[in-house]
Amino acid sequence: MESYLMVAVFFALALALPIAALTLGKFLRPHQPTVEKGLSYESGVDPIGDSWIQFNARYYLYALLFVIFDVGAVFLYPWAVSYNVLHSEMGLLILASAAIFILFLVVGLVYAWKNKVLEWK
Amino acid sequence: MDPLKFLGPVIVLAGILGFVTYAILFERKILGWMQSRPGPNQLGPWGMLQTVADVLKLWMKEDTIPNNADRPLFKMAPVIAFVPSFAVIAVIPFSPSIVFADLGVGLLYFIAISGITTIGILVGGWASNNKYALIGSMRSVAQMISYEIPLVLSIVGVILAVGSLNMSDIVLKQEKMWFIVPQFLGFVVFFIAMLAELARTPFDLPEAESELVAGYFVEYSGFRFAFFMLAEYVYVFAMSALTTILFLGGWNPLFGLTFIPPIIWFLLKVFFLVFVIIWLRGSLPRVRLDQLMQMGWKVLLPLSLVNIFLSALLKEVPFIQAFF
Repeated sequence: MESYLMVAVFFALALALPIAALTLGKFLRPHQPTVEKGLSYESGVDPIGDSWIQFNARYYLYALLFVIFDVGAVFLYPWAVSYNVLHSEMGLLILASAAIFILFLVVGLVYAWKNKVLEWK
Repeated sequence: MDPLKFLGPVIVLAGILGFVTYAILFERKILGWMQSRPGPNQLGPWGMLQTVADVLKLWMKEDTIPNNADRPLFKMAPVIAFVPSFAVIAVIPFSPSIVFADLGVGLLYFIAISGITTIGILVGGWASNNKYALIGSMRSVAQMISYEIPLVLSIVGVILAVGSLNMSDIVLKQEKMWFIVPQFLGFVVFFIAMLAELARTPFDLPEAESELVAGYFVEYSGFRFAFFMLAEYVYVFAMSALTTILFLGGWNPLFGLTFIPPIIWFLLKVFFLVFVIIWLRGSLPRVRLDQLMQMGWKVLLPLSLVNIFLSALLKEVPFIQAFF
């Protein structure tokens, strides 16, 4: 319990530093906004059109792959922690069960690979 | 609980800020020497006050927020990026006695919390309402999530050997042999993925100055910009510390030199890794985006999966099974 209190202290400190620094900075820094200063930077030219545009759907595919494998990792961590205990009970069956699980993930990866999702062009 | 214990995190924060100040100076110095130029040498002896002056300058700069920006998100983004970078240090065991939060799930906590920074980058790039910033943040996030997978999976070999996610347990297990030897494949995958997570050369595409101006923080100025940079350098420390704990034996001494205190050993190894990271920046060119993404998914991910099964199978081999 004390450990989690320590984690909270670290979070509080990490939050306090930027808030304190930015609040103190208010008294140090000038504040003279003009319309030109407030323009978005576009290599010195007046910005054209909206910047909140549609972007490439490829990013979405990577995000999907990420979620699949990250959830896989979440399952593999407890498996790895308890491997020694389970191994003494079930033998190599415990390795085989993880192999089957990862096989499903690998099938997904191979599918993405074959469909050229992983090529960046 | 002893109220004095709360002084510990404050000392760590001061130490980290000091580390970042001088890590930036040493980076510029080392890069200077590698390129046959002196590096910063005007402020103070040996340029020692250069970064201090830079920080003061940033502090007094006007804080410009673009008219079109999403103001609340724009202001929040640097904080979201910085907070996890310092919070992960809570679970790092500096020595057998200096452990702030001895969590049973320390390693998982580190991995999970460090992922939050990605959200800060995405929010910052989006809230800026700038095309460069948006593309830069998209690229950063794509890179970070692609390399997070090999990073997370390459550690499984270490967890298999230790049977615990507690950071101190991981270090104690390495008293006889550091994991860099039995887990060499895992170490290589982890180190490359770590460089990509940190967006350091050769994977510094998010900041590719020549094509994206500066990436996701192009609209940031003054101290908000400084907090993005600070988060980046605090992560250099945190990730070097994690590598030290997982693969370089943490505070365990080398060659049985036990008269040197454990915390010195730990910091020596961390600083060595920080130097290696800077050294790589001075030596390697930047990879292309397509090379980067393909390496993550087609090389590192399969290798990290192979490493899991290799580690599990080597547990069955007599004589060497004690190391896995």
